[in-house]
Amino acid sequence: MSPANYVYLAALLFTIGAAGVLLRRNAIVVFMCVELMLNAANLTLIAFSRMHGNLDGQIMAFFVMVVAAAEVVVGLAIIVMLYRSRHSASVDDANLMKL
Amino acid sequence: MESLIGVLVGAPLLGAAVLLCGGKALDRAGHWLGTLLAAASFVVGAVLFFGMLGRAGDDRAMHSHLWSWIPVDGFRADVAFQLDQLSMTFVLLITGVGTLIHVYSIGYMEHDERRRRFFGYLNLFLAAMLLLVLADNFLLLYVGWEGVGLASYLLIGFWQHKPSAATAAKKAFLVNRVGDAGLAIAIFLMFTTFGSFAFAPVLANAGDASEGKLTAIGLMLLLAACGKSAQVPLQSWLGDAMEGPTPVSALIHAATMVTAGVYLITRSGAIFNGAPDAQLAVVVVGAVTLLFGAIVGCAKDDIKKALAGSTMSQIGYMILAAGLGPVGYAFAIMHLVTHGFFKAGLFLGAGSVMHGMNDEVDMRRYGGLRKYMPVTFVTFGLGYLAIIGFPGLSGFFSKDQIIEAAFGKGGTQGWILGGVALLGAAITAYYMTRVMIMTFFGEERWRTERTPSPDRPDVEPAASVRGEHAEPHPHESPGVMTIPMIVLAIGSVAAGAVFKLGDSFVNWLEPVTQFEHGHPPVSATVVTTATIVALVIGVGAAWLQYGRRPVPAVAPRGNLLTRAARRDLLQDDFNHAVLVTGGTHLTRSLVYTDNKVVDGAVNGTAAAFGGLSGRLRRVQNGFARTYAVSMFGGAAVLIAATLLMRAV
Amino acid sequence: MNPTQLAVAATSTGEAVQFWVLGTVAVLGGLGTVLIRRAVHSALCLAGTMIILAMFYLANGAYFLGVVQIVVYTGAVMMLFLFVLMLVGVSAADSLKETLKGQRWLAACCALGLGILLITGIGQASVGSFTGLGAANAGGNVPALAELLFTKYVVAFEVIGALLTVAAVGATLLTHRERVEKSKSQREQAEERVRAGKQLPPLPAPGVYARHNAVDRPGLLPDGTPAESSVSHTLRSRGQIREVSAEQMASLAALEQRTAEYHGQPSPRRGPAEPSRRAIERARPQDAGEEPADGDGGRDSEREEAAK
Repeated sequence: MSPANYVYLAALLFTIGAAGVLLRRNAIVVFMCVELMLNAANLTLIAFSRMHGNLDGQIMAFFVMVVAAAEVVVGLAIIVMLYRSRHSASVDDANLMKL
Repeated sequence: MESLIGVLVGAPLLGAAVLLCGGKALDRAGHWLGTLLAAASFVVGAVLFFGMLGRAGDDRAMHSHLWSWIPVDGFRADVAFQLDQLSMTFVLLITGVGTLIHVYSIGYMEHDERRRRFFGYLNLFLAAMLLLVLADNFLLLYVGWEGVGLASYLLIGFWQHKPSAATAAKKAFLVNRVGDAGLAIAIFLMFTTFGSFAFAPVLANAGDASEGKLTAIGLMLLLAACGKSAQVPLQSWLGDAMEGPTPVSALIHAATMVTAGVYLITRSGAIFNGAPDAQLAVVVVGAVTLLFGAIVGCAKDDIKKALAGSTMSQIGYMILAAGLGPVGYAFAIMHLVTHGFFKAGLFLGAGSVMHGMNDEVDMRRYGGLRKYMPVTFVTFGLGYLAIIGFPGLSGFFSKDQIIEAAFGKGGTQGWILGGVALLGAAITAYYMTRVMIMTFFGEERWRTERTPSPDRPDVEPAASVRGEHAEPHPHESPGVMTIPMIVLAIGSVAAGAVFKLGDSFVNWLEPVTQFEHGHPPVSATVVTTATIVALVIGVGAAWLQYGRRPVPAVAPRGNLLTRAARRDLLQDDFNHAVLVTGGTHLTRSLVYTDNKVVDGAVNGTAAAFGGLSGRLRRVQNGFARTYAVSMFGGAAVLIAATLLMRAV
Repeated sequence: MNPTQLAVAATSTGEAVQFWVLGTVAVLGGLGTVLIRRAVHSALCLAGTMIILAMFYLANGAYFLGVVQIVVYTGAVMMLFLFVLMLVGVSAADSLKETLKGQRWLAACCALGLGILLITGIGQASVGSFTGLGAANAGGNVPALAELLFTKYVVAFEVIGALLTVAAVGATLLTHRERVEKSKSQREQAEERVRAGKQLPPLPAPGVYARHNAVDRPGLLPDGTPAESSVSHTLRSRGQIREVSAEQMASLAALEQRTAEYHGQPSPRRGPAEPSRRAIERARPQDAGEEPADGDGGRDSEREEAAK
């Protein structure tokens, strides 16, 4: 089986995540879709790591996970704040930044 | 010695700064400070003069470089002074007469609460005028030129509470702008032609430039001279400028500033020498103004305006002489200096009369004043004799020379110019005699009532009838005013003879202006005789009209020429009809064009962009998901581009 | 990809089977995350996808990351998501109606374009075969990773640590709520309640002692009218309340009369049924007026508990 298969799968998951980001209105779901995209990227990194026979890809994936964790922490805090002030977690409700 | 040149300008400039910025604390002593600094400038000028006399004729010019003003590559403007014989003459005239008039003003402006400011302006004028004549390049000269214009504006409008004074100041300023533009263009042309505007390179290389360029520069300089010296066609401001205090009229609008045009033409003589057409224009302007001013002077009842017409006419003489080239430069300057003496004296005399007559300026309200104001009468009389060219007095020598030089122009031109100059001399004698008789002789007319008659509705009621003042009690002015008048009278008597003696003045100026003898078609004796005859005719005519018969307190209607002359020979009407009306129409059409075409285009463009923006604005709808779509779209486009590049 | 390359890239059949089966499930999970209306279900789908990805990690020799994926990602991060979902409101299902005009089309185009481009790009890239991690993982995956992490990537590692700290502090700061007004004392709260005119003592108990001792039956007031506030609001809105019917009222009146006769006293004659019916009808709108439209949560829940 070729490593390309893993990459194709990752591309598919990434695209699905992207579509979710664009389509869903619930900020938390949007966030989850972002996580899905990150995981898809991780899958490619790990597949490439195996393909090249060294562990640098895995280290990269590890860093991606840590950054994703940090992002989740801050992002969820922002969502909670948003919900407190607007009583809604919809990204369409936070549309004040317009002309 | 050179460093003293800066002091000449610096002293009055310091005075102006201190007096204008000093505040009320200086109210009590400010006039003394101003006078002292003017006198200091005169003393420095005298010291420099005697130092100059001690050197040989060709070695007398001094240069003083203060600092580089605009040092740019290929363009160099310095604040540098050049003191040669021509400048020296002016320095002595300006500081000498200026100091006298400062002293006079102490008395004249005694009751004016803004006297400190007045002296500040006078000092400012002195500084600017000295800068004008001391500059060693045309750009610095231009600074002085504008400076005197500013001082003139401020002083004409000194009594700005009078609408007439404010208007006159504005008029003088605006008319002067036209001339100033001419000077600016002349300087531009000089820079493009000679690559410099310092006197030395410009005048030295004037012979190398094409005649066309020299003519252009000369005509522009002439325009500048016309503006500053009140020559036709820019003469209309001088009469109105008499709204200023009389010392100002004496200093600025008779003795010094208005002669700046003569200085400019004499200074740039090398340019005019190479441009006969420009010279001809100068001569024509001078001749026309000579007659113009004289005729206006005959008709005015306002003593200062009559004298203003006379000033115009006398400067016409100077311009005429300057236009004759090296034959006439020295005579122009000589007449300028003698005129500075006697005209300043005449104005101060007029001021003294007004001072004693409750500021009445109408000569028809004077008469028989010689009993009341003996000193004024004598000094004014001496000035009068000098200006009409009474043999032996200063005006006789200087004017006679100019008439002679005019005849010496040769050919038909020479006859015409000489004839005009002679005619001018006769008219000068006429109007000055008229002023003299109406003021100091005849019956006392200030007591007679005068009201506007149906015949002359434009007659203003006399000041006493207007109830503004009590009936005047003519009296002699205080010593602080009469002493300058006496000094100037001495000058106007003696200056001509001193200058003429052994051609000392001509020899003095020769290194700067060159000199060649004219070749009049008739001998000098004939010209002199003709001048004296013209003088006698003029005086006789005036005596017949005003001396033999009583002068009516209300001016008669007069013939067409008199009425026109009363209106400054319709100069203002002409200006109004041609310039103001034409300008108004031009402006209206421009406004229309601006509104419809320019604004239309601009507003149309703006509206188009506004509409476009209004549509583009909707892209910014504030929804994060819309932005996310554009982000992903952009990413997709980038990937597509990358793939395309790889494929290609 | 030519057959030679395929042969070189070939791995065990078991892995291929695992890939196709789990890959399909992962894609389905991803689709579920995007398409399912309820956020909780979305989160569960995502968790499933993540676990499958963890399987893939393990299959690709990334043992440490596979475990981390399950423990940290699926275990901690997804639970954090669920916590926030609970905070924000778990029951609310997203409406699938698109509010932004053209957004759905644009999004579909973008996603589809992106996907096609990615797949085209991968198709064009020359992806080689697996070298395998046998050599790299010789001393164990975790020690090998640790060696890299603490030598080659030590600076990035430290920076990432700082990032985590900053994120933790930032999240604390963001969610920290500053109290801007003084908290109310017990006395103030009590005064407020009295001033609001609410019922201060306990609500009347439902039912009539000895006869109808049930929560679905209103108690009777001394004049015989039913006390509306004695039954649970929930029961009433469900329509599970039992009326004190006219018949029963009549029998009650008869009982009272009998008791009175037994005691030899004259009974208070009243219209046995009609007045009380009227009283009920009169009392209801008043009740409705008293009770705010949005209801009083605290009292309702008390009653619900009582009902249970």
